[in-house]
Amino acid sequence: MFKRIFVTALLAGFLGGLGISVVQQFTTAPIILHAEKFESKGAPDGHKHSNLDKAASPHLLLAQAKETPPTEHKNWAPANGLERTLYSTLANILTGTGFALILVACIALSGRHVDGRIGVLWGIAGFTIINLSPALGLPPEAPGAMAAELGPRQGWWMFCVVATAAGLWALIFRHGAFWVVAGIVAMALPHLIGSPQPVRIGGPVPPELAGHFVAASLVTAAIFWSALGWLSGNIWSRLGAK
Amino acid sequence: MEQSDHIIAVTTIPTALVPALSAILLGVFLVLGTGFAHSDTIHNAAHDSRHSFAFPCH
Repeated sequence: MFKRIFVTALLAGFLGGLGISVVQQFTTAPIILHAEKFESKGAPDGHKHSNLDKAASPHLLLAQAKETPPTEHKNWAPANGLERTLYSTLANILTGTGFALILVACIALSGRHVDGRIGVLWGIAGFTIINLSPALGLPPEAPGAMAAELGPRQGWWMFCVVATAAGLWALIFRHGAFWVVAGIVAMALPHLIGSPQPVRIGGPVPPELAGHFVAASLVTAAIFWSALGWLSGNIWSRLGAK
Repeated sequence: MEQSDHIIAVTTIPTALVPALSAILLGVFLVLGTGFAHSDTIHNAAHDSRHSFAFPCH
């Protein structure tokens, strides 16, 4: 079982992460680069953008005024072009493998028959949990978007993911009215509580670009999860048939 | 049919439990490491991936 779970997840995660890196080059990556031009106006060397982000982002400017001394040292960042693409691809493969490990483990725990077609449904569940539900409270951000403090946003994101996963589990794998109500309440709870919101809105990135990024990010994630579910289900059933 | 599903579940879960939990732990570690770690170097390397997956960033 160890071998079946890990071989399935490593293969599906690697292929899914690699594949989505190609898709991102056509969907999210061009918008990120475009947004960075607004985020760091007048700074041609965009690869140092993370330092520039901090200077350009008003909410961080406020935080910096309190916390950071003026001598800000520059941190390493991959150079624009091939190096940046390679690091993004590596990050996608690692993230994809992480998600694949969790997805395949859930498939194994369910004890149900899963092939490529049913795997797509599992993938869509992953998309709902990781991307769709959190996007309602914290829409995907183009670089430079105004946002609340990072810590509370990460905390709310994790809470939303756990609550949505628990809710979907109750709705799909339990039976009876109690579980239906419990599932819906669990999925609604993070949104009823509400996500951390920025004090002000109106960052340097044009709203048309920010809106386009939300769509691009969600579409890319939907492709990733459908592919990951399909790959996982196919490899999982093939390894089980031996 | 209902009963045979039940038997499959009962016999499969104990053997799947330890490997599945190990996989979940490693998976969570990978996702949090690439998507959530506060290290500037990891953030900058994984920047575009974090934005694309819509992890809270910056």
